[in-house]
Amino acid sequence: MTLLTILFDGVAYGMLLFVLACGLAVTMGLMNFVNLAHGAFAMAGGYVCAILVNRSGLPFFAALPIAFLVSAALGALLERTLYRHLYARSHLDQVLFTIGLVFMSVTACDYFMGSSQTFIHLPDYLQGQIDIFGLGVGRYRLMIIVICGLLTVALQLILSKTRFGSRLRAAVDDPRAASGLGINVPQVFALTFAFGCGLAGFGGALGAEILGLDPYFPLKFMIYFLIVVTVGGSSSITGPFLASLLLGIGDVAGKYYVPKLGAFVIYTMMIVILIWRPNGLFGRANAR
Amino acid sequence: MTVNDTLRSQVGHSAMQRGRWRWPELVFWLLAASCVFLFPNRYLILTEIAWLALFALSLDLILGYAGIVSLGHAAFFGFGGYAAGLLALHHIVDEPVLALLVAGFAAMALGFVTSFLVMRGSDLTRLMVTLGIALLLRELANKFSNITGGSDGLQGIEMAPILGLYSFDIFGKVGFIYCLCVLFVMFLLARRIVNSPFGLSLRAIRNNPLRASAIGIPVDRRLIAIYTVAAFFAGVAGALSTQTTALASLDGFAFDRSADLMLVLIIGGTGYLYGGLIGAVIFKLLQELFSTLTPQYWQFWIGLVLVVIVLVGRERMHRWALYLPNLVMRRFGAKAPIMLPEGDAP
Repeated sequence: MTLLTILFDGVAYGMLLFVLACGLAVTMGLMNFVNLAHGAFAMAGGYVCAILVNRSGLPFFAALPIAFLVSAALGALLERTLYRHLYARSHLDQVLFTIGLVFMSVTACDYFMGSSQTFIHLPDYLQGQIDIFGLGVGRYRLMIIVICGLLTVALQLILSKTRFGSRLRAAVDDPRAASGLGINVPQVFALTFAFGCGLAGFGGALGAEILGLDPYFPLKFMIYFLIVVTVGGSSSITGPFLASLLLGIGDVAGKYYVPKLGAFVIYTMMIVILIWRPNGLFGRANAR
Repeated sequence: MTVNDTLRSQVGHSAMQRGRWRWPELVFWLLAASCVFLFPNRYLILTEIAWLALFALSLDLILGYAGIVSLGHAAFFGFGGYAAGLLALHHIVDEPVLALLVAGFAAMALGFVTSFLVMRGSDLTRLMVTLGIALLLRELANKFSNITGGSDGLQGIEMAPILGLYSFDIFGKVGFIYCLCVLFVMFLLARRIVNSPFGLSLRAIRNNPLRASAIGIPVDRRLIAIYTVAAFFAGVAGALSTQTTALASLDGFAFDRSADLMLVLIIGGTGYLYGGLIGAVIFKLLQELFSTLTPQYWQFWIGLVLVVIVLVGRERMHRWALYLPNLVMRRFGAKAPIMLPEGDAP
């Protein structure tokens, strides 16, 4: 494995993490809601995709958008029924509530899907490697980079160029002034929350091959999503994006060069960064 | 000078007032002690309740009294547990009580070092750093398997008789009495701490750190102190669990353990010391009930309890804990409420 391969795998991994975590960046970074259950939506997307592809024989690329929609619908439902009661509550309440949700989703998934790892049957053209300038590149990882790269650009455009994006930014910066201007702040937040959950589900479906899919998914990757958001800061999506890449490359490189330490590298990185910049690498100095 | 002196004596007086023993507390401890005779077949679960209660007491010190939200309190529990296990396994310190102290101080040292990391940043950063530290230790314990036994944990731990007099029996009676005594002593210590002027200043910090620092309380130093003390408590709890189960495993560091602990404390209520103890009893009973009903899926119901508690409102939840004693008090014509939880963590 050369340096370039590590870099390539790291970038693919990082971009995947970004798609998975950017919904959380919005809820946690912008809406100031600590949502530890974000991974549960990703897992839901992954399982929806797995069921559709493996049992109904739907093509992989047709199952991906459905995974997005189902997770988004689930997110919207939970937001309207449960989450919105907790926006004004303390961080401790939010932590407890979402930990409860994580426990429930883990065991419910275990009950319905079994505790062993689930694999999604990939089409042949996504398996194996192709040769680019003498560098063996995994097709699946290449696809991830392309899809996630496009998604990132689209997200940036939505946030900065569209009417909804400016409403969201206004609602986040100053909810009171925004609602005074006629922006329906709860609705904007609800839509954003659902969209974030949808992205998580999409990422879960896309990432099942690389990250693995089992009922403990929400617990296993919770820390990774949290790192992306806290390290990236919340002022823009560039922060979480760069943090994801850093984390992805760091994790892959760490597992390759110092396999004995494993995830140790990531945790140390996070703690050091948070001590150095308590509001995140790219956070505003006086972020809430 | 004189103003300061009067103030100090007043604070001391008020602290003494708070520190007085009230009869429901005596009843509580008498009941706890009578469990030795009441449930001779249930020593194992009683022992678990005892060290879980001590662990919850430790979290209450930082969460309920100082307002520090931690998602990685298991770090100290696991550290203390492994310390006690290693001490016994390599016959460095064989005597349980002494090993308990050594393990507690080891966790305390870890608490002191990490407290500087926790003091930085907002709630969110704190959550992340505490969680990170616990995960980091878990990863270390997993990787350095030549010392810690890796994922198998430390096995075959044999303890010498307590104080050289009482050896652990297979029914766990001695183990339970031992745990209960340790819990009681540690409780007295915690009670003394929170009712001291130091404890009052912690409450001031919890309610408003800015105001507390404005009236001259050294906020950071106080928080570091209580975090370190809480680490000692958690370390002792971990050591107790290792000594009574003869096992130290990676579970000690797991996120689930920190999360369960939160639930224990939240069930019982934060900020009045008995919260952790009552919570531990209810949690263990619930766990026992759920795991007999659905052995594999008990965590679902625990999660549901957590969600419901938050939705209903935590402050409403532990009002029931006051309801009964208050009812009795009213019947006997006394007015003052007892063991009042003093506000919530932020």
